[in-house]
Amino acid sequence: MAEHAKGAAATRPLSPYVQIYRWPVTMATSIAHRVTGVGLSLGTLLVAWWLLALASGPHAYDVFSAVARSPVGQIVLFGFVWSLAYHLLNGIRHLAWDIGRGFDVHTANRTSVVVVASSLLLAIAAFAYAYAVKGLQP
Amino acid sequence: MSVQTPIARVEGLGAAHSGTGHFWHQRVSAAALIPLSVWFACIALACVGAPRTVALGFLSQPINAIAMALFIVAALRHMALGLQVVIEDYVHSEGPKIALLLAVQFFAWIIGAACVFALVRIVL
Repeated sequence: MAEHAKGAAATRPLSPYVQIYRWPVTMATSIAHRVTGVGLSLGTLLVAWWLLALASGPHAYDVFSAVARSPVGQIVLFGFVWSLAYHLLNGIRHLAWDIGRGFDVHTANRTSVVVVASSLLLAIAAFAYAYAVKGLQP
Repeated sequence: MSVQTPIARVEGLGAAHSGTGHFWHQRVSAAALIPLSVWFACIALACVGAPRTVALGFLSQPINAIAMALFIVAALRHMALGLQVVIEDYVHSEGPKIALLLAVQFFAWIIGAACVFALVRIVL
């Protein structure tokens, strides 16, 4: 009887919790929407710095440019550009849901992948444009 | 058939006592930010690697200055509404929650004032 009880304990259905739950892609994109939103909030500091430096004078703008072109600056800026692209594209997805479009599982899964891939492509394209067309030097 | 009392239905306010105002303003600012953030990205990309005088001339054009101001106002409004939800979701003790909600409002106003001040100086 003890063995039976043990086996029953091992095989009984368990309620899933976050650590063992297989993440649906829609869950990952939902969390990423919030994370990029918070990231972009911090990014407003960069926009303010850029505009203030532009308004203040040549020296302030040189300082901003030097920081922006540094390796750390470029990594932060890539994060900002990708976050903007992702939050914009995924935001359109949210607005479509609000009017009742694309809410079925298959479409929601597919648009998740589309949004992640196209936001990455947009961010890479923006940097490729800055380096190749605008002649930005590393 | 509604479970609401007549007075609740007239007032249109739910359990949070603020109705659908927050939800609606979040969506309106989101819709406005679709064209505005694309415009912002174009302005920013046009200024990349350009000398300061060129960037100044570009942002001084009325349409770009107006688009930039609209982008900043809409983005900060959207940010304040969004961060409010994040704080309300994760911060449950009343004191820190109110402090953070106030901090978000002040942050939005300070960044907004700084950006508008810079834009005015750039244009004039």
